[in-house]
Order: sequence, then C-alpha cells, then structure tokens
Amino acid sequence: MSVLAVVGHDRGRIESASLGLLTAARKLAAQLHTTMEALTIGANADGLRDILAAHGASVVHQAHHAALVDFGPEAWGEVVAQLVRKCAPQVVMGSGTERGHEVIAQAAARLDLPAAMNCTEFDAKFDGSQALRLVRARWGGSLLEESELDAPVKLVTLANHMVVPVEAPASASVTIIEVELDAAVRHSFVRERVDRVAGVTLATSPVVVGGGRGVGSAEGFASLEELAKLLNGIVGCSRAVTNNGWRNHTDQVGQTGTRIAPDIYFACGISGAIQHWVGAMASKNILAINIDKEAYIVSKAAYAVIGDLHQVVPAISAEIRRRRAQ
Amino acid sequence: MNILVCVKRVPAPGARINITEDGQAVDTAFLGFTVSPHEECAVEQAVQLVEKHGGEVTVLTLGPAEAQEQLRTAVSTGVAKAVLVPIDGADWDAQRTAQAITAVVESLEAAGGKFDLLLFGNESADSGGYQVGIRVALKLGRPMVNGAKGLDIADGMAKVRRDSEAGVEIYMLPMPAAVGVKEGINLPRYPTMKGRLASKKVEVQHSAVACAAGGLKLIHLRRPPEVVRNTKILGTGPDAAAAVVDLLEEIGVFK
Ligand SMILES: Cc1cc2nc3c(=O)[nH]c(=O)nc-3n(C[C@H](O)[C@H](O)[C@H](O)COP(=O)(O)OP(=O)(O)OC[C@H]3O[C@@H](n4cnc5c(N)ncnc54)[C@H](O)[C@@H]3O)c2cc1C
Ligand SMILES: Nc1ncnc2c1ncn2[C@@H]1O[C@H](COP(=O)(O)O)[C@@H](O)[C@H]1O
Repeated sequence: MSVLAVVGHDRGRIESASLGLLTAARKLAAQLHTTMEALTIGANADGLRDILAAHGASVVHQAHHAALVDFGPEAWGEVVAQLVRKCAPQVVMGSGTERGHEVIAQAAARLDLPAAMNCTEFDAKFDGSQALRLVRARWGGSLLEESELDAPVKLVTLANHMVVPVEAPASASVTIIEVELDAAVRHSFVRERVDRVAGVTLATSPVVVGGGRGVGSAEGFASLEELAKLLNGIVGCSRAVTNNGWRNHTDQVGQTGTRIAPDIYFACGISGAIQHWVGAMASKNILAINIDKEAYIVSKAAYAVIGDLHQVVPAISAEIRRRRAQ
Repeated sequence: MNILVCVKRVPAPGARINITEDGQAVDTAFLGFTVSPHEECAVEQAVQLVEKHGGEVTVLTLGPAEAQEQLRTAVSTGVAKAVLVPIDGADWDAQRTAQAITAVVESLEAAGGKFDLLLFGNESADSGGYQVGIRVALKLGRPMVNGAKGLDIADGMAKVRRDSEAGVEIYMLPMPAAVGVKEGINLPRYPTMKGRLASKKVEVQHSAVACAAGGLKLIHLRRPPEVVRNTKILGTGPDAAAAVVDLLEEIGVFK
C-alpha cells in the first residue's frame, strides 16, 4: 500500500514538474495513511535519491537495466507496470508533461487499467477503498471534467503547475529493482539527440508580442518584431497565422501551441478564441490591440487599445525610442 | 505503403465552451465541428508519405453518423478510404474507444493486409486522454511513440523526431509502427476541386463493434471559474502610445 510518484528526469536531471508531483503525491498518501514512494528509471537517476527524500519519499525504487539511459516511452511504461505488479500501490501518479502522460498511458495499457490525465483535484474523502472521484482538465484547460476512476490501482497524471512544491524531509530507503525488458519495448528509445541551447524561449520570455489574423501577412509582422526587439521580447502568434503559413508553428500560442506566462502579452489583431486564450491566460498582464472593441480578447484582457495595429504598434515603438533618447 | 489515420469529431467552440443542462456534454447547438489540429497534421503527413512512397491512406473515426463529415474532409485532402465506427449517443471512454478501434483495425488488416503505419493525434482536442493510440498500438503489437514533430520512412524504419525539454530526439521504429503526431509537423493543405468531388463520391465503410465501458466514468462537465475583467481602455489609435509606455514603465518591462 502506497502512493507511487513516477519521477520524470532526463539523464538524471529531474524535470521541474516532478517536484510539484511529489508534493501532491505526499498529500494524497497522508490522506490514505500510507507512504509516498518514488520511482526513478535508469541508474543515471540514482543520484536523485536525496532530493526525493527531501520532498517526502519514504522509499525510492531505482529501476536498473543496461538499456535505460535515455527516455523510451514503452520501456518506461513497462517499468512502471512491473513495479505496480510487484508493490500494488493504491495510486500511481505521473507528471502532466508530454513524457509523464505517455509513461502513464503506456503503463495503463500494459496493466489494462483506466488512466485519468491532467488531474487538478482529488476527492478529499477518498480513503483508498472506493472509486476515486477526481477533477481533470479537458480542452487544454478550458473545461473541467468531474469523473470517477474505478480500478484496483488508480493511474493518474497531475496537471502541470497545479501544486507548488513544498519540502518535507523523510529518510528514504532505497530498493533497487532489476527490470526485464524484452526486445519489443526496446525499439522506442531515443537514438540520437541534439541538446537545446540555453536561452529565452517563447514559454519563458518576460515580454511576448503576439499577432493574429489581423496582422494580415508575413511581412506585417515586421512592426511586431521591432517592438519585441525594443523590449527584449519574443514574437508569438495565433493559429490563424500559422495556418496561413505566415509564421512557424514554434511561435504559436495556445492549446496546441505553447503556453506562455510573460509579464506582458501584447495581443495584436487576435480575437481571443478559447484555444488561444488557454495558452495566454497565465500572462501577468495582457494588452489587447484590436480594431473591434467587442472582440472577446478586449473583454478578457486587463488593458486594451482600440485601433489598427499597423498604426498603434509602430507608435508604441516610436514612443519607446523617444523616451530612451531623452 | 498503407497508412491508417484515426481522427475524432469534436465541436469547434469560439470564445467559451457551453455545457448542456445535464452536464454530460458540450452544448453544440450553435457550433461547427472539426478534428484536433494534431489529427489534421497526421492526415497531411500520411498523404505526403504516400505521395512519396506510393500506397494509400485510410481514415477512421469512431463517432456518430455525422462524423462522416470529418472523414469526407480528410478524403478531400488526399485520403483514399474512409471507415466509420458508429456509436449512438454519448462519447466512449478511452479504453472502450481503443478496444473498438483495435477490433476494426484487425478486421481491416485481415481483409487488406497490414498497415505499415497507424497514425494518431498526440491527444484528442476535447478529451485530452493521451492514450487511445498507445492502447491500440500495444494490443496490435506495434511500437509507438507520441509527440512526433517529424516523420520519415526509410529502409523499413519510421524515423520520428520529437521535441523535449532537453532538445530534439530521434526515434527509429521498425515498421509496422504507430506514431502520435503533433501540430507543427507540417502545414495541412486545403481541399482541391478534385478532392471535393472525391469526397462526395467516396463510400464510407461502416464497421460496428460492441465493447464494454472502461473504468473512467464521466460524472459531469463544468467550466472553470471565469475571469471577469473591467478592461482598462488605454486609448484609441496611435494616440494611445504614451499611455501604453506608461503602463510598461509601471509594470517594469521598460526602464
Ligand atoms: C482543437 C483546437 C485547437 C486550437 N488550438 C489553437 C492554438 O493553439 N492557438 C490558437 O491561436 N488557436 C487555436 N485554435 C484556433 C482558434 O479557435 C481560432 O481559430 C484562432 O485562435 C483565431 O486566430 P485569430 O484570433 O488570429 O483570428 P480571428 O479570430 O480571425 O481574429 C482576428 C482579429 O483581428 C482583429 N483585427 C483585424 N484587423 C485588425 C487590425 N488592422 N488591427 C487590429 N485588429 C485587427 C479582428 O477584429 C479580430 O478580432 C484551435 C482550434 C481548435 C478547434
Ligand atoms: N473517437 C475516436 N475516433 C478515432 N480516433 C480517436 C478517437 N478518440 C481518440 N482517437 C485517436 O486517439 C488519439 C488520442 O486520443 P485521446 O487518448 O483521447 O487523447 C486522437 O488524437 C485520435 O487520433
């Protein structure tokens, strides 16, 4: 009996979402009067033991196999399934990242159990003996589903950014499990990788200047680029823009694009469809620039300028330059 | 090269998603329908692969009779065959959906040979379960990777490129294989005149299957608390620039 947290990591470096996961798993374990245990996959993650103990894991299961160096969705899912069969936890929780969902889905498929992804709440009265009432995010977070997860082992992922990590030191004991991986699950491993160069990205930039269909063309983005450059920001866009081939999909903000959280988001010529909004709503300030004062984005943003972006955006850049020159 | 692509019919809401009174579904009274952008890209990727390597693309959906609309849209962009797995009423859960798709793929393959590739979206737009494709692939014994931002075929292998927090990763899957596709892998084409004609004529194969419900049961849907804002209008036209830069100073992004 336990709550098992499946820790996400890359060659031994823990993913940030996994810290919130440990806190959520520990809370649920306390509610069930049981222990929170953590699973790390691959010997290169053995060094995570201390940080997992600091976040309240009373047991760290370290899965070892020569093939477990890089990520492999099927192998990782198989490892989780093997540990579940061995230890029978009541709940298995993964992080709400792409890898986290994939590993839990792989484990669920192997165990032939249901799985609930992107959970935001668990029933405070759940004691481990009944079905688990939970709330999970759908439509990229624009809709919530209340549902019941009825299974001997509850497999879930925790929606990202839901829980702030809090340390709670425990003295973690370590168990090493030598897993067996047959040839079939060893196909889907990373074969080559190119590491990302560090730097500000759309997801982390403090200033994002976003353009939508109202920009009118690829060339129309020049004035948005200029404003972004003046403020050390990055240009983003809506799906109408990527669909028209005006900009690359890497710039797209929204449900099927990037989630941003800048200090300010300029939404220029963007109507504010809900699939765009879910990607932008974590911005600290939103300034809508739109010719239509009835546009959804205008009613949802904290600030708005009503007007043609092709006049307003260059005027803002000019004003910035004027003040800098003073 | 024969490729099967699975798509799901979902409503296309605008500014907000309304829910039916019983809380069981999205209120679609005034909405159009579409599929997830990820699935649109999966269809496009399949069509491009077949253009390069020969073969044909089949599109499959499990849904109400109206989901023929989404199948025909796929045909209008280059898909050859369409299969509808009809259901009555409410959405099926992920386990049940996967079981049904698995059974239908088995019967399609018994008749026409194995698909070299099964393509899915990374996640469905409405449910976001991240699992139907993974479940189908496991049952059919195909290696599976989700999140594909690149997919090429060479020497009987599917080369999958994917982005992660750490960088870019390459996977090599022996075919037959299954892949979950993400938007951004390509730019889906618009239907052609010829495609539109083909989509009207294509015969949609119906393959009904009975499956038991899985273990995740919907109780009801609800909307997250809505932000109610008193938007501050900083001005009209270029004259608003001074007020905007004042704001930038106030929040500390312009010094
Ligand atoms: C499952 C699903 C997922 C989706 N995922 C995403 C996503 O990740 N990201 C995303 O963005 N969309 C996404 N969409 C699409 C979304 O529903 C909208 O279609 C899209 O966001 C609209 O883009 P837009 O606001 O640029 O265009 P429009 O809705 O056409 O709005 C254009 C706006 O520009 C204004 N305008 C026009 N000219 C000017 C001017 N000269 N100056 C100032 N304003 C002007 C207009 O008043 C209008 O408000 C998704 C849709 C679905 C179904
Ligand atoms: N009803 C359905 N009909 C056809 N394909 C589906 C259906 N539901 C899910 N899928 C496929 O499985 C993928 C993942 O779905 P999900 O597990 O719901 O996120 C989708 O992107 C589709 O490719």
